[in-house]
Amino acid sequence: MFDATRARRPDLPNAPGVGYKPQHFANILEAPAPVEWLEIHAENYMGQGGRPLAQLRHLSERFPVSVHGVGLSIGGEGALDSEHLARLKTLCDWLSPASFSEHLAWSSHENAFLNDLLPLPYTNATLERVADHIDQVQDVLGRQMLLENPSSYLAFRESTMRETEFLGALAQRTGCGLLLDVNNVFVSATNLQLDARAYIDDFPLECVGEIHLGGHDEDMDDHGAPLLIDSHGREVADPVWALLEYTLARSGPRPLLIEWDTDVPDWPTLAAEAQRGARALAHTP
Amino acid sequence: MRSAQSQFRTALFDPDIAVPRGLLDGLDRPAGKRFDVYRNNVVMSLKEALSHSFPVIEKLLGIHNFSSLAGLYVREHPPADPRMMLYGAEFPAYLEGFKPLAHLSYLGDVARLELAQRRSYHARDATPIDPAVFSTLPPKVLARAQVHFVPAVHTLRSLWPILDIWHFNMTDGAPKPAARAQDVLIARQEFDPSMHALPVGGADLIEALRAGTLLGDALENIEQIHPDFDFPSLLGLLLQTGAIGTVTPINDQKD
Amino acid sequence: MSNALKTLAVAGAVAASFTAHTVTQASAAGQEKCYGVSLAGKNDCAAGAGTTCAGSSTVDYQGNAWTLVDAGTCAEMELPDGRMGSLEALTRDLPA
Repeated sequence: MFDATRARRPDLPNAPGVGYKPQHFANILEAPAPVEWLEIHAENYMGQGGRPLAQLRHLSERFPVSVHGVGLSIGGEGALDSEHLARLKTLCDWLSPASFSEHLAWSSHENAFLNDLLPLPYTNATLERVADHIDQVQDVLGRQMLLENPSSYLAFRESTMRETEFLGALAQRTGCGLLLDVNNVFVSATNLQLDARAYIDDFPLECVGEIHLGGHDEDMDDHGAPLLIDSHGREVADPVWALLEYTLARSGPRPLLIEWDTDVPDWPTLAAEAQRGARALAHTP
Repeated sequence: MRSAQSQFRTALFDPDIAVPRGLLDGLDRPAGKRFDVYRNNVVMSLKEALSHSFPVIEKLLGIHNFSSLAGLYVREHPPADPRMMLYGAEFPAYLEGFKPLAHLSYLGDVARLELAQRRSYHARDATPIDPAVFSTLPPKVLARAQVHFVPAVHTLRSLWPILDIWHFNMTDGAPKPAARAQDVLIARQEFDPSMHALPVGGADLIEALRAGTLLGDALENIEQIHPDFDFPSLLGLLLQTGAIGTVTPINDQKD
Repeated sequence: MSNALKTLAVAGAVAASFTAHTVTQASAAGQEKCYGVSLAGKNDCAAGAGTTCAGSSTVDYQGNAWTLVDAGTCAEMELPDGRMGSLEALTRDLPA
């Protein structure tokens, strides 16, 4: 069994980081400030060699690196893909990252990878299954993982728990930490007409090992109600910054990541977002 | 009864199928269009991955044709595992089997070239051989040696001018491809794959060497078929591109 | 194997003019040089841009309705199998 007292725990600095994009390699080496750490998507570094791994090795000598998986399908109905878990282990053993995280979602079904973070009903059955999968991940990797709250576009009639309750129960049962994506909270709360601040109040903030922030797009549902899309393709929205301040005031400082995955901007634009994160952290009591 | 995720998955790929039951908005009304967010994410992200992986096929077909073809492909061949860098392995064969494109017979091989470039990019690092080995080892020893290539090396044989087609679409001012067969060497110096047209017989020789044939035997065979085969210039290309990893003399003669 | 030995002797002389490769990590790890083609692969956790209709349209997955229109560069090339000419000429013999 996973022994939370002996396994390696996440140790990212309570400072801004960014999702690493290869086009920023030279900028990061020349003038990284205010960025102090980097996050990579694990699956992009599962080749056998070449530039991606060379860059990563180079960067990891200068910066703490967080490995963020986007394909393990921890919420999948079937067994975890043991080959994929082995690839994650190979990457983590090689890189020895400061943190490993994954999502509360499913993305594979019957040997097909669907390349999206798909939603789960919050029931006891889901809780059992996800907890088993987290145990397996932490056992294989020999480290504590962080689990991220999803962006929701819909809800399940069969859910019997609130998301915060569900995540808290998982953290308690498995000893995993949580990755709190504040933009996801804002997106989900808007989409499901919930109170984002109440969500934060209800969230087990003591388990949070990392915070994510990203930009979202706006759409509308069939009834003309706002439908926010977690696109990671623009600046973090002002109300999300406000929700971050609300969160930090309660959680204290945390490692803070800016995610910008589509229409990736130039380095100064991304660094400016990180700078805004640095200011929010500086104002944290 | 099919599992919830099976039903979800089926509905993701087929917009004519009703949204699975039990999915709601925040006011307990049916999710409706909200489910389309997931349909959009899945199908569009896979199509985009395919477009990233096969930019030349996209140019050859045009963006609109490529997009609708990719919409078919991603539904029939979703990725087998989460490494998107590998997505599209069945795309060349799919193009060849796709009847409305049967007259563009070169598409499959061009797609193979794009796949090979990507595989070369992600291949294991290896140090190329010191070219001096070929001038210091006596010909008799070289003749009885096996030649091993670095993992980033690929060869492709085609009845079509696939490298010229590639350049026509990707290199400014490249001429129209002439009607000829073309074999291609994909190699990687440091971290950037490069592609080179191989002389007639070059791919045969490389493939024979990869199969473990001794260098002397492979050369004899090639020179019988192509008496003018220019091995020194092929060797020059292989050394220049860092394609050769090791040369292993085989000492199995009793003397 | 006498021909091969001669060939190898000549090739050896040619090889002598090449120097060994040295991999310099700093330069190599930097910019991509491969024609602006992105070979890196792209797994990310972003949702698609703000449209809910693109992947949910019935238009883009109906195989029996697929036709080659608005052609790309394939229409500009004159290539083997004896079938030269414009795309229009080529598409004439598609099954209806």
